[in-house]
Amino acid sequence: MHNSGDVQIPIGPQHPALKEPESFLISLHGEKITAASVKLGYNHRGIEKACEERTYIQDLYLIERICGICSHSHSTCFAQTVEEIAGIEIPVRAKYIRTLIAELERIHSHLLWLGVAGHEIGFDTLLMYTWRDREIVMDLLAQLTGNRVNYGINTIGGVRRDIKPGQKEAVLNAMDALEERTKYYIELAQAETTLIKRLSGVGVLSRKDAQHLGAVGPTGRASGIERDVRKDDPYAAYAELDFKVITSDKCDVYGRTLVRVGELMESYSIVRQIMKKIPDGAITVKVPRKIPPGEAIGRYEAPRGEDLHYVRANGTEKPDRVKVRAPTLANIQAVSKMLEDRYLADMPIVVAAIDPCFSCTDRLVAIRDTQDKKHKHTMIWETLRLKGIEWHKERGIDFTLLNKKLADIFKK
Amino acid sequence: MSIATKIINWSRLKSPWVLHFNTGACNACDIEIIASLTPRYDIERFGVVLKATPRHADVLLCSGPVTKQIESRLLRIYEQMLEPKFVVAIGTCACTGGVFDGCYNVKGGINSVIPVSAYIPGCPASPKAIIDGVVKLLKSLEEK
Repeated sequence: MHNSGDVQIPIGPQHPALKEPESFLISLHGEKITAASVKLGYNHRGIEKACEERTYIQDLYLIERICGICSHSHSTCFAQTVEEIAGIEIPVRAKYIRTLIAELERIHSHLLWLGVAGHEIGFDTLLMYTWRDREIVMDLLAQLTGNRVNYGINTIGGVRRDIKPGQKEAVLNAMDALEERTKYYIELAQAETTLIKRLSGVGVLSRKDAQHLGAVGPTGRASGIERDVRKDDPYAAYAELDFKVITSDKCDVYGRTLVRVGELMESYSIVRQIMKKIPDGAITVKVPRKIPPGEAIGRYEAPRGEDLHYVRANGTEKPDRVKVRAPTLANIQAVSKMLEDRYLADMPIVVAAIDPCFSCTDRLVAIRDTQDKKHKHTMIWETLRLKGIEWHKERGIDFTLLNKKLADIFKK
Repeated sequence: MSIATKIINWSRLKSPWVLHFNTGACNACDIEIIASLTPRYDIERFGVVLKATPRHADVLLCSGPVTKQIESRLLRIYEQMLEPKFVVAIGTCACTGGVFDGCYNVKGGINSVIPVSAYIPGCPASPKAIIDGVVKLLKSLEEK
């Protein structure tokens, strides 16, 4: 696909349009993108390996730090998987509290996304509006869990903090305030012509492609795929709660915006139901430090889509293997498809539209550009330099002698 | 000190332009940095403006432990910045490596690669802590 007339533009790892270090190689024909490849791994820290050297409780806090935005998603998913291996049923109240924090996290994440999307299309007022409103839910999370981000509320066998009587009212009040603001955003999304025109028909991912490329979460749901782990395979308290799975058949960035705004409204209703239905009782059960041998896969609907954890236990207090498949990894394949034959100016919003989280995604995964057979290897700066020297040597340009002479002169 | 340098120093302290660079963080510190720029905390009160390129920035806000792949890039960005330049390490990971210390792909804190002027601990560092740290950095420069 990389034709000779094309211009190749590297974007990242540090780029104003990107909030995280990732790198894209875009081939352009005029203003149109002909091919795009993604290079990940700048955020790879080796968490999965580190998990094997720590105990289950230590892992929980480490796994929470896979991603700061969907930290509760990862820790809940891991805790659920370990509980499944150990054969533990956690108290119902703990399940409700986990669900509550999960929904509050979804609210904060979707509001965050709405702001970032506004920023990417040059609508900074929206960024400031949504981030101001987001502080309401951040305050609530700080009140309930003790920390604004990386809540640390989960433990294996339940949760660590109970909801105090006065907090119930604070949660409901916050939901009222947020619902009113979200209604305004829905109105904005449906009436503001600049927003509609900028987002419609951008980053199109047909239903067939979405299915083929395995898109998950709001990205998949905006292409008409009605898939939501909360409904399909209910965990925590979702089986007892009533909510709709929001989908859209618009297949573009505008559809993804509508899905996320719609999900915000559903989350408010879920939080209200939790507050009504939450039973009294214990919040933890005792779990042995050593988890019996076995393996399990946990699924969880993170704000960005389906999160998957695999844990293998070997009977000691440390896991044998932990594997995480974050939602962005499932969606990133779709980005190349969305970018094809689009304008370069659409790139930031198309990438932002899947709500990428590269710190989640940077597990050890090799992604190879199948269209580019010649350049299979990724090189660091030094090897590239050495290769360049070799390349010129083969063609009769040799600076080694000159370099030696120069070095000698400098020595003298 | 000549009048010209006095004016330059005054204006530098009144509007430090910052560049945010994620060196392998978990996004938590990054969203808190952005939160400190938005209406509730509004760090722009102190003249702090987020810039897109290292060539415009006076202060480099780094978050996260330095991964091996980002190391050379961090150095390059630091070298692209003009003197005088300051580096602020935001979050425990950026200060020391935090929970990721000892992971095979993690080099350690920011100070293992480039010199750091201010450390703001916390997991994540809250917007209040970030504002406090930045203001303290500016105050310490005032004295010099």
